[in-house]
Amino acid sequence: MYEIVRKEKLAANIFLMDVKAPMVTHSCLPGQFVIAIAEEDGERIPLTICDYDREKQTVTIVFQPIGASTEKMAALNEGDSFHDFVGPLGQPSELCQEENLEETRKKHIVFISGGVGTAPVYPQVKWLHEHGIDADVIQGSRNKDLLFFADKVSEVAKNHYICTDDGSYGFHGMGTNQLQALWDEGKRYDWCVAIGPMIMMKFVCKLTKELGIHTVVSMNPIMVDGTGMCGACRLIVDGKVKFACVDGPEFDGHLVDFDKAMERMQQYKTEEGRKKLEFEEGDTHHGGCGLCGGDK
Amino acid sequence: MADMMKRVPIAEQEPAVRAKNFDEVCLGYTEDEAVEEAKRCLNCKNPRCVGGCPVSINIPAFIHAVTERDFKRAYEIISESSSLPAVCGRVCPQETQCEGQCIRGIKGDAVAIGKLERFVADWARENGIHPQPPKEKNGHKVAVIGSGPSGLTCAGDLAKMGYDVTIYEALQKAGGVLVYGIPEFRLPKDKVVAAEVDNVKGLGVDIETNVVIGKSLTIDDLMNEFGYEAVFIGSGAGLPRFMGIPGEQSNGVFSANEVLTRSNLMKAYEDKDTPIVHGKKVVVVGGGNVAMDAARTALRLGAEVHIVYRRSEKELPARAEEVHHAKEEGIQFDLLQNPVEILADDKGWVKGIRVIKMELGEPDASGRRRPVPIEGSEYEIACDTVIMALGTSPNPLIASTTKGLETNQRGCIMAKEEDGETSKTAVYAGGDAVTGAATVILAMGAGKAAAKGIDSYFKNKYNK
Repeated sequence: MYEIVRKEKLAANIFLMDVKAPMVTHSCLPGQFVIAIAEEDGERIPLTICDYDREKQTVTIVFQPIGASTEKMAALNEGDSFHDFVGPLGQPSELCQEENLEETRKKHIVFISGGVGTAPVYPQVKWLHEHGIDADVIQGSRNKDLLFFADKVSEVAKNHYICTDDGSYGFHGMGTNQLQALWDEGKRYDWCVAIGPMIMMKFVCKLTKELGIHTVVSMNPIMVDGTGMCGACRLIVDGKVKFACVDGPEFDGHLVDFDKAMERMQQYKTEEGRKKLEFEEGDTHHGGCGLCGGDK
Repeated sequence: MADMMKRVPIAEQEPAVRAKNFDEVCLGYTEDEAVEEAKRCLNCKNPRCVGGCPVSINIPAFIHAVTERDFKRAYEIISESSSLPAVCGRVCPQETQCEGQCIRGIKGDAVAIGKLERFVADWARENGIHPQPPKEKNGHKVAVIGSGPSGLTCAGDLAKMGYDVTIYEALQKAGGVLVYGIPEFRLPKDKVVAAEVDNVKGLGVDIETNVVIGKSLTIDDLMNEFGYEAVFIGSGAGLPRFMGIPGEQSNGVFSANEVLTRSNLMKAYEDKDTPIVHGKKVVVVGGGNVAMDAARTALRLGAEVHIVYRRSEKELPARAEEVHHAKEEGIQFDLLQNPVEILADDKGWVKGIRVIKMELGEPDASGRRRPVPIEGSEYEIACDTVIMALGTSPNPLIASTTKGLETNQRGCIMAKEEDGETSKTAVYAGGDAVTGAATVILAMGAGKAAAKGIDSYFKNKYNK
């Protein structure tokens, strides 16, 4: 069992947890992910590592409940435990590796985060900061109420730009608009890391391709085992099939087929919607009645 | 007097009933039936069946004990050679191993060795009989990677010799392919697999789940930091193959591994939290045991199921019993056909599969006649789900993070067949990680050989 030693509500419906997991903290690095299971026979939920403390042997995860399994995770409290918690999985971020330090120092780096994607961006910026490397961060959020980690990011980012879709805080617009505005002011970057919803990463890549900024994205497709066994997370990258769990999760964003990836995200939507309704309303919804519209 | 040429029939769930549930198909022998079947054994002086068993169980001796109704003794005899008899009795390809060698089989039915093994193991479990841990430990620590058939066997054998053994398992439950791969209706998880895993634990073996060796810890970490003096790698062959044909990334195309893991490991068939797609018309591509398992799982989830296989019925690599059961349950076999393209609708969902008919040509490297496409014979099968069951290859996680561990071109770890020794000192390997996808019993045989190999490694190291 993997104890939750800290739980925080970061914003409306966004939760942070520090989970005791010595086998993960033994060698995890920014960019990697874990798989958490709330209860016996539960679903395997992949989550990017948002921070870690090797001494305390804790891993920080941040998530937004969107289905029955993540709702169950959100219902856990400090002192409760995850039934299972495994990692680190996937490849570490290319930027955050000691052997690449010299190369990384030469780069002009900007991170663009969207929504919960700010959480996995934070440890990368922090790692770079601790190694004396500057990076700017453009943090996007739908509105002020969903904004989180702003203080933490500010501490480690060289320049921190906050933008909201509705203009309720900071720059009025999306991360792409903010990047364009900075570019128009004469700011120049040659390395971008974009983490957030697939649609947001797709549009960041569209812009950075025009601007000629190399862009890394962290893909979060459907996964089961997270070790290369099932192929559920397969993506098309540069025309080739890649498994996000073992080849990624980070890829060259200009080579990722986002449209295919977003299409594949729909695969279990009907089943997941039914399970979420079951969780919220009890065992009343069995699907297939065609009346309530809950199937689609 | 019963006809001694024929084996005692065994009770099974009716095909029409079992096609709608996940309960075990075969119900097993009663005591009287087992004794009657055991009496058919000729107790040969030179028992060929033992030679056909990869772990050399003393088959005539245990069957003789069954004829005397000394089921406890029968269990002890099997346990000398096998730590997973309830599993093997259910999933071994007996027709090509022990039973394939049986003298009875020349003119009639071979003795039902597998069914008797299963009976004895089930009897022992139901009567609370377990293998006993060793009286003394030797103080040497060995790590075993993977809790599948080879790992459990190697760990069990080493524990019996007095070693301090810890198994590291990447998934959340112990058992490897026995848990994530083989379905409940063929191998019950709680009743059989968990019980046999508990027996291995009863020998003093620790099992640490949720540790991915190659990620959480490396083999060098195990040896340098955690104090293990030797390591056995039994990490299996978990990577699925796809065909590389157009349309394979469409929604509704799954690997058999994905479908089976969702259903078996996460119990999606019981409507737990993990979702699984309920297809209406499912095409399973492949002809091995995994293809049969995926097809019969889809059938039980409510689909009409077709198996598309490029060779003929004779070449189907699956166990004879699985093919027989699949047919009884209403699975349709579209043989001598090979997919060339998966067709999708405008939203990216599978709507059919285009196949080409095949004929058998000259034998290939495997000794089977090579399937050759018949030009111009392509046609479409309408379906909403395609499951690829084309075999699996070893996961590169361990090999790629272990310096000095050599692999061959197919990514299999190089290990000596007789004792599992690899190119890295004190590191042994066996099972599918070495051979590529094979059977439970061959993996057990390799685990057994490696346990002996590791024991001699220690003897050489300390007695010199």
